[in-house]
Amino acid sequence: MHQLDFWSMTFVFMLATFVGIDVIRNVSRLLHTPLMSLTNAISAIAVVGSVIIAGEQKTTFSLVLGTIAVAASVTNIVSGFLITDRMLKMFRQQGANR
Amino acid sequence: MTEHVTQAAYLVAAALFVFSLRWMSHPKTARRGVAAGVGGMALAVFGTLLHPEIVAFHWIAIAAVVGTLIGIPLSRVALTAVPQRTALSHAFGGLAAGLVGTAKFSLWLPEGELTGFRTGAIAVEVLLGFLTFTGSLMAAGKLQEVIPTRPITYRGQNFINLTLLAIALLAGVGLVLDPTLWALFPVLVVLSLLFGVLLILPIGGADMPTVISLLNSYAGLAAVAMGFVLENKVLIIAGALDGSSGLILSIIMCRAMNRSFTNVLFGAFGQVQASTKGAAEQKPVKSATAQDAADLLEMAREVVVVPGYGLAVAQAQHRAFELYEQLQKRGIRCRFAIHPVAGRMPGHMNVLLAEANVPYDALAEMDDINGDLPQVDVAIVVGANDVVNPAARHDQSSPIYGMPIIDVDKCKTVLAIKRTMNPGFAGIDNELYTADNTLMLFGDAKAVLSEVVKALSGESGMGH
Repeated sequence: MHQLDFWSMTFVFMLATFVGIDVIRNVSRLLHTPLMSLTNAISAIAVVGSVIIAGEQKTTFSLVLGTIAVAASVTNIVSGFLITDRMLKMFRQQGANR
Repeated sequence: MTEHVTQAAYLVAAALFVFSLRWMSHPKTARRGVAAGVGGMALAVFGTLLHPEIVAFHWIAIAAVVGTLIGIPLSRVALTAVPQRTALSHAFGGLAAGLVGTAKFSLWLPEGELTGFRTGAIAVEVLLGFLTFTGSLMAAGKLQEVIPTRPITYRGQNFINLTLLAIALLAGVGLVLDPTLWALFPVLVVLSLLFGVLLILPIGGADMPTVISLLNSYAGLAAVAMGFVLENKVLIIAGALDGSSGLILSIIMCRAMNRSFTNVLFGAFGQVQASTKGAAEQKPVKSATAQDAADLLEMAREVVVVPGYGLAVAQAQHRAFELYEQLQKRGIRCRFAIHPVAGRMPGHMNVLLAEANVPYDALAEMDDINGDLPQVDVAIVVGANDVVNPAARHDQSSPIYGMPIIDVDKCKTVLAIKRTMNPGFAGIDNELYTADNTLMLFGDAKAVLSEVVKALSGESGMGH
C-alpha cells in the first residue's frame, strides 16, 4: 500500500515542480523580493503538519516539538504575507498615485 | 465525511497557491496574489483543524499567538533589512520541518510504524530542515553583520564538509535499513545542524543573493519531504512551488555572476583576490563638481541611473527619486538600470527604489536596457562598482571576467559618484573610473545627489 502512495506522491511532486517552474518563470523580475517572501509564507504550509503533532498530544516530547513548529510556521505565515503586501503596495506606475 | 471536507479544502488551497504565484507576473495583479495565498493558507489550516486526531487546541492556539507576536514586528523591518528577515524565515521554515520529522520519528518508533519509506522521508526532511535552519541563521547573521561577512576558510574545508555530509547520509541509510538503530537519529540531527553552519561559513557577502535563493529552495524541499512523511499532498505541492521558486532564483543569480552552484558553495569568493594592480599604469582621473553634472544633465535627452547597494547604504534612494523628478519635469527621459545582483537578494534594488516612489516603469532590467545604452547621453553610477566594470567583458585575468554587466561605458558620458578611489566590495580595480568619457563626483552618494538636484532646480527658472 505504501508503494502506491509513494508513487502517487512522487507524481504530485513532479507535476507541482513543473507547474512551479513554469509559473515562477513568468514572475516579473521587478517582484523577485516580494516573490521570495510570498513563497516563504506559502511554504509555511508546514503548519499543517505541526498542528496535527501539537494537537494529537501523544507524548510530551512530540507536543513540545509540535508547539514550537506551529509557532515557527505561524511566524512565517504572518510576517511573510504582511511584508509581501507591504512591499507590493510600494510599486506604482508612472503618473499613478499611491 | 470530514475527511472529504479536509481534502476538498486542501485541493482548493493548492489551486489558490498556484494562482497566487501566477498573479505575481505583474505588479498590477500581484496584490491579488497575496490575497489568494492568504485564502489558500486559511483553507488549509481550516481543513487541518477538522482532523479527528486533534484532541486539544490550547497549545496550538498559544503557539499561534506567539507566532503572530513574532511575525508582526518581523514584517515591519526596514526594507534594507528584508534579506535578513527572509533568511530568518527560511530558518523558521527549516526548523518546523526538522521538528515535525523528529516528532514523527519518536512517535512511530515505539509503535513499530517506521517503514523503510517513512524513515527515508523523515531522514530527508530532518537533514534538509535542520541544515536549512542553521544555514539560514548563519546567512541572516552575515547579512546583519553580526557574523563577519568575509568568507571564513581553513585547510581541507571542502573535504571536512563533504565527509560530514557523507556520514549524515550514511546514518540516514542505516536508519532506513533498520529503524531500531534509533541512536543514529540524533547523529543525523547533530550532523545536519553542523553541516548547515559549515556550509555558509566560507561564503562571502557578495554571494548572499545566491545563497538566500538556494536556502529558499531547501526550505521548500524540506516541506515536500514533510508531505511525503505525512502523506499530505498540499504540503508536497506548496513545498514544490517554493522549491522551484528558490531554484529558479538561484539559477538567475548564478548566471548574473557567471558562476556555477559548486563555485558559489565551495569557491569562497571575495577572499582570494589576485592582486593584478602593480603592473597597470595609473591613468589620470577626471573629477567634476555637482554644477558640472547638472549642466551635463540639462543638455541630455536620455539619462540612465545605475544604482548599487551603496545607494541604499547611503540612504540616497529618495535623492535619486528627486533627481528623476527634476529630469522628468524637463522632458528628459530617465530610467534606472538594475543589475540582477544589485542589492543583497534577488529584486532587492527594485523594492528599495519603489519605496522611494520611483515608478516601476522607470526600472529597467540589465538585458532590456543594454542595447539602448549607446544612445544614452549621461549614465549616473551610484554605489555600484563591479556590475559596471568593463573588465568583465575583456580582461580574462579579472576575477569577474565573463560576468554580464551594464555597459555604461558605452554611454556618451558617465558620471560616477564615489567616496574615494578605493576599489569596491570585491576589491577589484575598475577601469571605468579612468575612462575618457567618465567624470568622477567624489563624496557621499546622498550629499552629491542632493547637490546635483539643487543645482538642477536652481537653473529651472532660467529657461532656454
